[in-house]
Amino acid sequence: MREKEMLQTDNILEIRDLFVEYRTFDGTVKAVNGLDLSLKAGMTLGLVGETGAGKTTAGLAVMQLIQQPPGIIRGGSIYFNGENLLKKSDRQMRAVRGSRISMIFQDPMTSLNPVHSVQDQIAEVIGEHEKIKKSEAVIKAQELLEMVGIPAARSKEYPHQFSGGMKQRVVIAMALAANPNLLIADEPTTALDVTIQAQVLEMIKELRRKYSTAMLIITHDLGVVAEVCDAVSVIYAGHIVEHGTLEDVFDHNLHPYTQGLFDSLPNLQDRKVKLKPIKGLMPDPTDLPKGCVFHPRCKYSMPICETEKPARAHRTDGHYVECHLYDGGDVKKSKVRTT
Amino acid sequence: MWKFVLKRLLALIPVLFGVTLLVFLILSFAPGDPARTILGAEATEEQINHLREEMGLNDNVFVQYARYIIKGVSGDLGTSYKTRLPVVTEIVSRFPYTLRLVVVGMIIAIIIALPLGVIAGVKQNSLFDRLSMVLSLLGISLPTFWVGLLCILLFSVTLGWLPSGGNDSLKDMILPTLTISLCSLAGIARTTRSSMLEVIRADYIRTARGKGISQAKVVIRHALQNAMIPTLTVAGLQICNMIAGTVLVENIFSWPGIGRLLVTSIQERDIPLVLGCIIVFTICFTIINLVVDILYGVIDPRIKAQYKK
Repeated sequence: MREKEMLQTDNILEIRDLFVEYRTFDGTVKAVNGLDLSLKAGMTLGLVGETGAGKTTAGLAVMQLIQQPPGIIRGGSIYFNGENLLKKSDRQMRAVRGSRISMIFQDPMTSLNPVHSVQDQIAEVIGEHEKIKKSEAVIKAQELLEMVGIPAARSKEYPHQFSGGMKQRVVIAMALAANPNLLIADEPTTALDVTIQAQVLEMIKELRRKYSTAMLIITHDLGVVAEVCDAVSVIYAGHIVEHGTLEDVFDHNLHPYTQGLFDSLPNLQDRKVKLKPIKGLMPDPTDLPKGCVFHPRCKYSMPICETEKPARAHRTDGHYVECHLYDGGDVKKSKVRTT
Repeated sequence: MWKFVLKRLLALIPVLFGVTLLVFLILSFAPGDPARTILGAEATEEQINHLREEMGLNDNVFVQYARYIIKGVSGDLGTSYKTRLPVVTEIVSRFPYTLRLVVVGMIIAIIIALPLGVIAGVKQNSLFDRLSMVLSLLGISLPTFWVGLLCILLFSVTLGWLPSGGNDSLKDMILPTLTISLCSLAGIARTTRSSMLEVIRADYIRTARGKGISQAKVVIRHALQNAMIPTLTVAGLQICNMIAGTVLVENIFSWPGIGRLLVTSIQERDIPLVLGCIIVFTICFTIINLVVDILYGVIDPRIKAQYKK
């Protein structure tokens, strides 16, 4: 019954209780552990966390591009427009990939095939999902390149003839080629220098305005989130610890980890204030701590944190946190500042 | 591009000078007298000396070499001591056989090795992968002449299915071409597999998968072309190896090609013929390397861009 309710919501993407593991010789790496994620059509969700938090794995899981072996999706469901992608066959999934959901990968330097021209690489997506001639697909590819600011005259060139920022534009054009309903962008600006970052972000924002494509932006950069996202999910050790609107998470954040992330940002107004990085490192994903996975690094850690997983506490309908500090649901009375 | 080809062909000239000089020197210092070989054991010292004078063998080695080169430039590579036929005629009549052996051998090697390497690479650690790699390790390790002899023993002597020599029918070609292709096949398969393993994990392969195209298209259109560069290098080297291998294989299977001609002419101290064979081999090696370099440019636009400079 509940299943049906979920399917009727206007969420374009709904991930529930997803578990992904990588089984290696050195042990089982638990990359994603009970991940929940929801994204409304036309909205942009930021998935924020440190390196190794399972962000990319989550994105790849939606695309079902996890290398298998060693990767394996152990449980959960991924609903896209109400359909469970994990129930789809390989062939059915191919029809979704690249056309209805597409992904911008992390490193534009290595994401393009060095031996094909950029127009051919884009035309390939179009040709695969639309029934048109190759020559028409190429013309469409050139239009897309123009749209992202690459003159058609350069469309026959190869990736090595473009700069990093230009390559990222090509990658974006490729991701948009078949007018996807959902775009997953994995660290779209990380590999770029600051001025190019700003240009690419501006472009993403404009594309969102134009086509109202839903986007899942995977990043560790809170600045990027502030620029483009409507909602934010904070991920730690493969699990969402806090989720809310941009305003919720930026101005009323509750989880000690989220607060730690904001404290680690340099303060440009007052340079005398030292950075307060979160102490310690991400836990070893082959050997996650019991109870709340964040407790070894948490300055509010209590005995209960070491034994029991925290339940979800809601501040508002759309803003929740998983932390023992807020057990009982009354977030306002908690011991942590609610800035 | 043409400038590049021309440059490479011009570079062949000094190489030919070097190679012929080296072979010329080795042969003239090697024990044994061509004049004695030609005239036979019963010839008198006087007869031999007379012939040596006539052939110019009593002159300084470098004078002899200079004489050879001057004639050689005009296309005259001398006459065979043994058959008294022009070397060029001898080679022209033998070369097609070697060419046939090497071309067919290479086609067999590539047709089998490429799919073998690609499948083994894509399905790493599968039974197919392990089996084909064990077999190709054997292929590389077993010496060609030994494999040839074993093949004759099995297929010609014991089973009587295939002839052990000759060059009349298609059937005669089976054993020599298989023997000569075995080592190259194994080498190409192993290289294809390892470069495939590397490429299949590349980010752009994930991008290609992200487009929703089929696994076959991912492998053939995206992975294979990138994996071809090391394979091509090895294939080029293997053709050269094969040509060198004709020396063994043609002797084992009595195949009337250049390889066998070279061995017999060395045995008979037929210096002009030896030199002729070596020149043909050298030209073959150079042309193969040139073709490989041109193909690099066809496969990889980054390399092509360098050629244009």
